[in-house]
Amino acid sequence: MARIPAAYLVNRLITLVLTVLIASTLIWIIPRLSPVDPADIMLGRMSAAGGTVADSEAILATLQERFGLNDPLWAQYLLYLRNVLLFDFGLSTASFPTPVSVLIANALPWTIGLMLISVVITFIIGNVLGALMVWDHSPKLVRVAIPAAMVFTSIPPILSGLLLIWLFAATLQWFPIAGSYGLLVEPGWSWEFVGSVIHHGFLPALSIVVVTFGFWALGMRGLMITVQGEDYTKLAEAKGLRPRYILYRYMIRNAILPQITAFALKVGLLIAGQVLVERIFAYNGMGKLLYDAILNQDFPVIQGVSYVIILMTALSVFLVDLIYPFVDPRIRHGRA
Amino acid sequence: MADQALQDTTKPDGPALTRAEIRRRRRYENPWFNPKLFWGAGILLGIVFVGLVGRVLWDPDLVFTGAGVLRLPPLGFENLRGQAGVLNHPLGTDGAGRDMLALLIIGAPNSLYVGVLASLIGMSLGIVLGFSAGFIGGRTDDVIRVLSDVMITIPPLLILVVFQAAFGDVNLTMMALLIAAFVWQSPTRLIRAQVLSMREAGYVQMARLSGASTGHIMFREMLPNLVPYLFGSFIANVTTAIVTAVGLEVLGLGPQRIPTLGRTIYEAINSGALIQNLWWWWGLPTALLALMFIGLLLINLGLDEVSNPRLRRL
Repeated sequence: MARIPAAYLVNRLITLVLTVLIASTLIWIIPRLSPVDPADIMLGRMSAAGGTVADSEAILATLQERFGLNDPLWAQYLLYLRNVLLFDFGLSTASFPTPVSVLIANALPWTIGLMLISVVITFIIGNVLGALMVWDHSPKLVRVAIPAAMVFTSIPPILSGLLLIWLFAATLQWFPIAGSYGLLVEPGWSWEFVGSVIHHGFLPALSIVVVTFGFWALGMRGLMITVQGEDYTKLAEAKGLRPRYILYRYMIRNAILPQITAFALKVGLLIAGQVLVERIFAYNGMGKLLYDAILNQDFPVIQGVSYVIILMTALSVFLVDLIYPFVDPRIRHGRA
Repeated sequence: MADQALQDTTKPDGPALTRAEIRRRRRYENPWFNPKLFWGAGILLGIVFVGLVGRVLWDPDLVFTGAGVLRLPPLGFENLRGQAGVLNHPLGTDGAGRDMLALLIIGAPNSLYVGVLASLIGMSLGIVLGFSAGFIGGRTDDVIRVLSDVMITIPPLLILVVFQAAFGDVNLTMMALLIAAFVWQSPTRLIRAQVLSMREAGYVQMARLSGASTGHIMFREMLPNLVPYLFGSFIANVTTAIVTAVGLEVLGLGPQRIPTLGRTIYEAINSGALIQNLWWWWGLPTALLALMFIGLLLINLGLDEVSNPRLRRL
C-alpha cells in the first residue's frame, strides 16, 4: 500500500482550506453588497421577536459584540471567519434565541444518513450494471434493458421525487408523504423507530438512486470498453480463465478507479440535488431547514446551512482524494 | 476526411455492400451522423419550435393569473370537483387560473435560455482560462488550476441561494450570469489537460517552427481538435445550469414575475397539488423538463461517440 506523500497531502489540504475560505467569503460578501444590509434586518427582526423573550436586550447586546457589528468591515470579516471555524453562525431570527448551530446539528445527521445510503447503493448498482453492459457473457436482457433505463439518468432527482411521491405516497399510499419518521413514534433505538425511519427514507433515497445510477453505469461502460481491449484481458481469456473471474479480477477492478475520481467531481451536485429532494419530501434534513429559512427570510440559518453543506462537499472531495492512492497502487504521487 | 470515407463506401471493393451496410459504414466513418445526436437535437429543437410557434398560435397572455377557471383538468379528464377539461385550456389550468399550455410555451424556452446563456459564458471563460493555463504555464497555470479545483467543489445552488436571499428578485439574464460563475471550471480543466497533451504534438511543433503566432496555434491549430470535447462540456453545462435554475425556482427563489417551469412546480407543491391529484399542474412542467434533460443527455452521448471512437459499434 502506498503511503500518502507529504507534497500531495499538502496540496489537497491547501485546496480544501481555499475552498472553505472562498465559500465562506462569498457567503459573507454577497449580503454586504446588497442594497439592504441583512445585519440590520436581522437585528430589527430580533428586537421585534425579543419582545416576547426574556433578557432579549442582553442577548442582542452580546450578539452585536460577538459579530463586531460596530467595528470596521475588515475586523467584522476576520471575526466572521473565526466564528465560522467555530460553527458559530449566530441566532436564528425565525425561532429567535435558538442558535443556528443547534438547528443544523439536529438536521445534519438526517442529511448525512440519507446521502450515505443513497450514494452507496447508487455506486454499487451503477458500476455493476455498467460493467454488465460491456461484458460478453451478460444476459441479453441486461444489455438491452439497461441502455433503455439510462434515459432517466439525466433527470434531476427532484423530478423523479415528485413522480414517486405522487405514485407511491399520494395515490397508492404505500409510503408516507412527508417527514423522516412517524409523528407517533418516539425517537430512540427501538425497532419501531428504525422501521419508521426506513419507511420514510425509502422514497427519498429511491428518487436519488433511480436517476443517479446511470451516471456511474455510463462511466463504467466507457472504462470497461477500454479495459476489454487491453492485452491482459485477452491473455486471461486465452488462458481459459472463467469469464466471471476475468470480469471481476481483470476488468472491473481495473476499470473502477477513475470512477472514484469522478465521484469527487460529482459530490457537489449530489448534495445540492439531495437538498431539493429533502425539500419536496419535507425530510427533516438540511434541505428542509434551508427551505424554511428561505420562507422566513432567516438569514443566519441560510448562511449557516450553505456553509455547512459546502464544507461537507469539500471534505468529501478531500477524503476521496486521500483514499485514492490506497485504492490504486499504481499511483505514486510525485514519485517516478 | 468525411468525403474520403463516403468515397470508400461507394467504391466497388469486393462483394457489393447492401444499402444498410453502407449506411452503417458511413455512420462509423462520420460519427456526427449518429442516432443519439439526431434524436437529442430533435427533441431540443422541437421544444424550441413549440416555444416559438406557440407564441404565435396560442395567446401568451394566458400565462397570467386568472386567465381561466382555477384548477381545470386537461381535456378529457375530470377534476375532483367534477369539472371537465375545456377546449379553451386544453392542458388545464393551475391554482391561479393560469393556462398550462401557455405556461409550458413560455416557460420551457426560458429554462433553455438560462441554460444556454450560462453555459456559453462559462465556455468562453473556460476556453480563455484553459488555454492560458496550458500555454503560459508557470504561475498562471498554478493560479487557474487551483482556482478551478476549488470552485468545482462549491455547489452553485447554495451560493445562489445566499445571493437571492440577500438581493431578492432577479431576471432570467441575471440568473444566467450568476450561474455562469460556476460552470467555467470543467471546460477550463478539460482544455488545460488537452492543451498540455497537444502542446508537444507534431503539428503544433510544426506551426511553432514555421513562426505561427500563439493566437494562431491556439485557435487555428488546437481548438478545432477540441470541438467534440467542447460541445460535450457545453451540453453538460447547459444541463447543470438548468438543474441549478430549476432548483432555485423550486426553493421559491429565482425570477418571481416571469413564468418558469420550476416556479410552477414550486407553487404546485405548496398548494398540495400532489395530494389533491392535480397531476397536470406539477406533472406537465416536470415531464417537459424531463424531456429536455433526456434530449441533452442524448446529445451528450452522441458527442461521446464522436470523441471516443471505441464507443462506436459497427
